[in-house]
Amino acid sequence: MVARKAKAPGGGLFAGYSALPGVPDELTDAMGVMRPAWGPLIAHLSGRSRAQLDHDIARGDQHLADAGVFFRSFGEAGGNGRDWPFSPVPVILAEAEWRDIAAGLQQRAALMEAVMADLYGPNRLVADGHLPASLIAQNPEWLRPMVGVQPRSGHFLHFLAFEIGRGPDGRWWVLADRTDAPSGAGFALENRVAASRVFPDVFGASNVHRLAGFFRSFRDALDGLRQTPEARVGILTPGQLTDTYYEQAYIARYLGLPLLEGEDLTMQDGHLHIRTVQGLTPIDVLWRRMDGIWADPLELREDSALGTPGLMSAVRQGHVTMVNALGAGVLETQGLMAFLPAIAKALTGEALRLPNVATWWCGAAAELAHVRRHAGRMMIGQAMSTRLPFETNAPHAIGGQLKGVEGVALDDWLAANAGDLMAKELVTLSTTPVYEAGRLLPRPMSLRVFLARTRTGWQVMPGGFARIGRSNDTTAISMRNGGSVADVWVVADAPVAAETLLAPGAGPFRRSVGGPLPSRAADNLFWLGRYVERTEGLLRLVRAYNARLGEAATEPLLASLRTRLKAYGLDPADPVPQGVRSALGSAVYSASQIRDRFSIDGWAALKDMEKSIARIAPKARAGQDAAQVASIMLRKIAGFSGLVHDNMYRAEGWQFLTIGRSLERAAMITDVLAAFAAPRAPEGGLDLAIEIGDSIMIHRQRYAVITGRASVIDLLALDASNPRSLRFHLDVVQARVQDLGALRPPGQMTEFERMVLHLHTTVALHSVQTLDTAALLATHGALLDLSSALNTAFLQ
Amino acid sequence: MIYDIRLRISYDYANRAATGRHLACLMPRDGPGQRVVAGLVSVTPAPSERLDRTDFFGNRVTEFSFLRPHDSLTLALTARVDRSESPAMDASPPLSALPAALDRVTDLGPASPLHFLSPSVRVPRDPAMTGFARSHLRAGMTVAEAVQAVGSALHRHMTFDARATTVDTPAAEAFAKRQGVCQDFSHILIAALRGVGIPAAYVSGFLRTLPPPGKPRLEGADAMHAWVRAWCGPLAGWMEFDPTNDKQAGSDHIVVAHGRDYTDVAPIKGILRGSGSQKHHQAVDVVPFAG
Repeated sequence: MVARKAKAPGGGLFAGYSALPGVPDELTDAMGVMRPAWGPLIAHLSGRSRAQLDHDIARGDQHLADAGVFFRSFGEAGGNGRDWPFSPVPVILAEAEWRDIAAGLQQRAALMEAVMADLYGPNRLVADGHLPASLIAQNPEWLRPMVGVQPRSGHFLHFLAFEIGRGPDGRWWVLADRTDAPSGAGFALENRVAASRVFPDVFGASNVHRLAGFFRSFRDALDGLRQTPEARVGILTPGQLTDTYYEQAYIARYLGLPLLEGEDLTMQDGHLHIRTVQGLTPIDVLWRRMDGIWADPLELREDSALGTPGLMSAVRQGHVTMVNALGAGVLETQGLMAFLPAIAKALTGEALRLPNVATWWCGAAAELAHVRRHAGRMMIGQAMSTRLPFETNAPHAIGGQLKGVEGVALDDWLAANAGDLMAKELVTLSTTPVYEAGRLLPRPMSLRVFLARTRTGWQVMPGGFARIGRSNDTTAISMRNGGSVADVWVVADAPVAAETLLAPGAGPFRRSVGGPLPSRAADNLFWLGRYVERTEGLLRLVRAYNARLGEAATEPLLASLRTRLKAYGLDPADPVPQGVRSALGSAVYSASQIRDRFSIDGWAALKDMEKSIARIAPKARAGQDAAQVASIMLRKIAGFSGLVHDNMYRAEGWQFLTIGRSLERAAMITDVLAAFAAPRAPEGGLDLAIEIGDSIMIHRQRYAVITGRASVIDLLALDASNPRSLRFHLDVVQARVQDLGALRPPGQMTEFERMVLHLHTTVALHSVQTLDTAALLATHGALLDLSSALNTAFLQ
Repeated sequence: MIYDIRLRISYDYANRAATGRHLACLMPRDGPGQRVVAGLVSVTPAPSERLDRTDFFGNRVTEFSFLRPHDSLTLALTARVDRSESPAMDASPPLSALPAALDRVTDLGPASPLHFLSPSVRVPRDPAMTGFARSHLRAGMTVAEAVQAVGSALHRHMTFDARATTVDTPAAEAFAKRQGVCQDFSHILIAALRGVGIPAAYVSGFLRTLPPPGKPRLEGADAMHAWVRAWCGPLAGWMEFDPTNDKQAGSDHIVVAHGRDYTDVAPIKGILRGSGSQKHHQAVDVVPFAG
């Protein structure tokens, strides 16, 4: 068979596109004619020069890079993640075809709910022989503590994803069910933003269904699941080491929901609460992005450090709605697909409108015999797994080739493990065009489609995201080698309404108040403030030291500087000491814990600092060169601080960030003064203190050419107008603490507030005479004590 | 035989614990040959919350939590339990007929044998233990005979040594050392039996403290004990065997809980220390009711 040459107007790119023989294609139909929904995009593409297209695509990539979109793939834990492999050409589907897909998936969602209700309820499916009992009883995802639990909302499932693909006959097939904690809805949103940046005109003119309406309905549905208006809705995350943490933070920001880890929550009196800086705040709906088995170490996986002890009990008592219910992972069991077609008929009297991949459970004799005969066209793996065979380390067979076990024949392996195994037909996928070096090339693709239960029933996101294979091998398993992702456009015949997440205006405007800040987030913001400031202080020390190297006259001063550097864990021999990079790394780490609360620009600026220092530090030589590097880094930090303090909304998060920063700066300047403004400090110490305190200009304007101890102490410790002085930062801390105190019941002063007041008063009452070295050292100690008192007061 | 049971488990924390949430599983359960006449689990200091309920397997558990700092935790059980000997008649099928019998089971309730066939948290599949079981099977054995044969062989193979292992020692390590306590004996026997297709469960409970006149004192009577129950076909049902003492569990054994392994029936769960070290005491007294 000859490759089908595309036949349609448009010329250029389209004329050069040929679908693969015998493989359905999204852009062209079986006759090689362009599907009408693609018309506007292809016309647009054909009208652009290669240089223009490259420029358009770069715009999308730039958006993704700016937004910090990344993902971490399996086995890459701890890595920094990879760039998002965005393929700019969307997959385009006509509305009529989408309607069929949507109806099929709505039916499947309803079926999943019915199966789940049965597996955790009466167990008729097993008793009546529709499911083998062992597939459930021996299934690690069937969570026994959930048996008999009635979900408070009346439903187990509220948000689902399905992986679908188009088979050789042109029909759509369900490849995988994602029911436990489906990921990717945020990626679909990001792909949409990027694609609309690449093709703004086509997107605007193409009647593409918008995604915002889906998310608005879902958020309304989540709100509607609350039992009391005071209770909050949150997203439960396994934390930043999970491969989709970025996406979780993104969707949390988009929906305006707090992103919570297990330790942010506590169970009391049967109810769940968020630990916040205002004390406990009730929460009774959790969109769960954490796999169910990790959710409660008391009743589920004992070794889980991610969960919340007592969560299962709150569920059992009907005081929290989990989206989805714990235990929904059992529906992802690979072997289950073998029985779903018959179960659909038994439960609803209807056949599946969208078939799933043909699957056989090897525990039955006839099925096992079939699998043996056709093993060459199948993949065979663990029936109880929720992952495809090749995604696990367990032994499996693909196309008759056994992997993961040595010296065993396939037949013997099948016979010995039959009850634990299932087989799936090896499917092939349709192709969709990708743009590569000035050409469009066909690549296999599958779609992930999302459904949310809303007031009006299961609603399907009109779009989703497409996974696209790397080569023109169209077997579905080729996708395991990675590839790219693309937006999915569902195109209507008539113009569609532009949607936003905001509900259509009704009633007078009311300013919305943000929710209380979780204690863990406050802690991370506090430490972010401290570590950025620490980095700055250390860089100032490093710069002062290196700038003075080689000046023989200053050796005693250099020795003092070396002592200070060592006191902060820095090696003076290292031009840009590792300790500086560690402090910056800790700042990045703290920020990474709170991506949902931290601006994208702030994050980008922080990552940029980290990249810069990694690039220039190894090349720096001791002396002026290292001083220069420190100056460059200090300018970047100033940029970051300006960005944060100019743009950050003045809520609790900012208070904690600011307190952290001011405590650190106050401690650093106090320490420098104690060392370099002491009566017996080496010559040049006072000038050095002014330099580190960044106050050379103002000192010169105010005082004579000769630097004296009194003027230095006054300017850097006692002058409330100098933003580098101790007093200035104690004022800041006190003001912020007063703001935070407003959150607490009146009349109760915390130990922290008492200590701040005491320290502030003590310093305010000092004169340049009384604030001697001993007093400076005592102040330094008191500043360090504030940190742990803050912890007790707000962060537990 | 009616017993009066007293159990006291206490933890002294070197550093006080700020808060805590726990799950205790101490109260004996009702079942064939056993009836709880009266019983009480008490928690000291008084917890902020407490909830008594049964778990999936029908075990009686107590959830409790502390919201205030505390430097010790004491759990006490007092119970009067009526325990009778089960009849010792072997109604089990030949071992070779067990797979077919299991295939016919469609029950997913707590007593279903199907929960107890696959590996569990503390009992992974272990070829060495499976091999051990196989080497003690003889053609034509009934399931009950097989359980007895493997259990007795394990008793001969292992030495009871309270110092050889801790509560966290993996069964494989105890098996390799050939030393351990009732928990190790039980986990190894469970793995061995599951390895040859016999559903096997973990039983936690108590032993009579002082033997009847003229009988030897049983190992494991000075703390909570553990043994194994194995499914011997639809007719015979469950049979309990105590590998530590090489005997069928009888009127000297009081059942607290059933589970897939220790994890399901641990006497107390939840973080049990402040930030420092802790001291742990357990005292058990199981005496025939004299009234």
